[in-house]
Amino acid sequence: MQPALAIEQLSKTYEGGFQALKDISLTVQPGDFFALLGPNGAGKSTTIGIICSLVLKTGGKVSIFGHDVDKDFSQAKQLVGVVPQEFNFNQFEKPLDILIHQAGYFGIPRDVAIVRAEKYLRQLGLWDKSHVPSRTLSGGMKRRLMIARALMHEPKLLVLDEPTAGVDIELRRSMWEFLREINASGTTIILTTHYLEEAESLCRNVAIIDHGKIVKNTSIRELLAQLNKELFVLDIREPLAECPEIESYPLTLVEPNTLEVEVEKSQSINHLFEVLSGQGIEVLSMRNKTNRLEELFFTMVEKNLTGESHD
Amino acid sequence: MTSQQKWIAFITIVRREIQRFLRIWPQTLLPPVITIVLYFVIFGTLIGSRIGEMSGLPYIQFVAPGLIMMAVITNSYSNVVSSFFGSKFQRNIEELLVSPVPSWIILSGYVVGGMSRGLGVGLIVTILSLYFADFSIHSLPVTIAIVLMTSLMFSLAGLINAVFARNFDDISIIPTFVLTPLIYLGGVFYSIDMLGDFWGGVSQINPILYMVNAFRYGIAGISDINIVWAFTMVSLFCVVLFGVALNLLDRGSRLRS
Repeated sequence: MQPALAIEQLSKTYEGGFQALKDISLTVQPGDFFALLGPNGAGKSTTIGIICSLVLKTGGKVSIFGHDVDKDFSQAKQLVGVVPQEFNFNQFEKPLDILIHQAGYFGIPRDVAIVRAEKYLRQLGLWDKSHVPSRTLSGGMKRRLMIARALMHEPKLLVLDEPTAGVDIELRRSMWEFLREINASGTTIILTTHYLEEAESLCRNVAIIDHGKIVKNTSIRELLAQLNKELFVLDIREPLAECPEIESYPLTLVEPNTLEVEVEKSQSINHLFEVLSGQGIEVLSMRNKTNRLEELFFTMVEKNLTGESHD
Repeated sequence: MTSQQKWIAFITIVRREIQRFLRIWPQTLLPPVITIVLYFVIFGTLIGSRIGEMSGLPYIQFVAPGLIMMAVITNSYSNVVSSFFGSKFQRNIEELLVSPVPSWIILSGYVVGGMSRGLGVGLIVTILSLYFADFSIHSLPVTIAIVLMTSLMFSLAGLINAVFARNFDDISIIPTFVLTPLIYLGGVFYSIDMLGDFWGGVSQINPILYMVNAFRYGIAGISDINIVWAFTMVSLFCVVLFGVALNLLDRGSRLRS
């Protein structure tokens, strides 16, 4: 089976000499939910721009389900839908018209487009706004409108560039649910995001890009398995005057009723509880403080900055 | 894309363009009509009655074809330049760039949209001009052919301007400093026989001179320019501008980074 996306030795140097991508290679399998992570300016949006022909590459090759985006651009474009980071629709047009026009650009007859537009506007909770000027929509509604627009030609590969940026938590969760459903129905999804929790929750595989290079390309599970230690927050029943000391478990008294402890992967949490219990400290609840993926992300980007080698 | 899909894409662009200028008709249709009516009142009726004849025609009949052509030119041009640049500015041109629509369909869609407005306003102005001047059509094929080619040519020119424009100033510079002088010096208000040899010769490089004269020939049967030569020149301009516009879109010039 052809990969949903195959990038080979892709490079991009902008006018002025800035090298945004340095010979990156990447493969995304059909049906995957793939995260492309990286700090600002790392090359994520440039990569997406090249995939959907908004950015001209300097070198390399990009194929979508086996169709070269240069040689077979018509077929390749029929297979990909893109949700960009910035709002890029006509703010004076109505959402329904925006969707029908987009379908028209892909050669979809108007009667089919009208039915499909209603379906996606309803699914994304925008049907009651279908006839208002799109400039009057809220930020979250505009993002959903762009998702609906990208789906109008029912692409097999959906690329989303920070789709939940600036969206409130409730709406973000509902968008996640919608994207999971789209993915479950067979659409391959590539997502860039700054919310690492989002990538951890949604995606199966991940590539981390930094300074135009892929510094990691693996599954989320394998990535998380690389974590050596985690920071836990313990809520305790009785307030403490001073921080207890336990060998090999660095503790910090954050508040009289709150402790933080760093636990290495090889260490036993049971043993920690036994010692605390022995000292008369009763733990009411425990939670992981840091976002695990976030921690890894910073580690990898930091390593890249210091020039260590990676796969 | 199949031929049918390309046709759907083309019709979609044309429909969107027509919807756009109809939606904002107080900005797109009303001002040119008022402007041209004022020209008829001032140059045709008030001043024209004192001028007498020009090239054997009452002045208002001489000036009417030029004024109709002026409406076609400015509206064809300004529709495409403002719509295409607006799409660039709001970035909704990306909707087309990510689609499989070939460049020549995008170009054709915008140009036909511009022609629809140019010809629409031209028709309204023609109907209004009948109130001010009596004229019959000398040659309908010449009249229709030249008005279509003129509208096509300035729609293409508007698109090229929009591709190069970086800001709103850039889309007003050409109409103000190039288009308007060319129209005024293109024989709308006078016969180039009135100019001396030198300025008459200089006028020959003005494409609008050929259009206005060919259109005047179609309506009144008189022209300062050989009609075959006029069609040849206008066709040449259309071909060159089409080639330039298509090349710019194909290369993604100032559209793709």
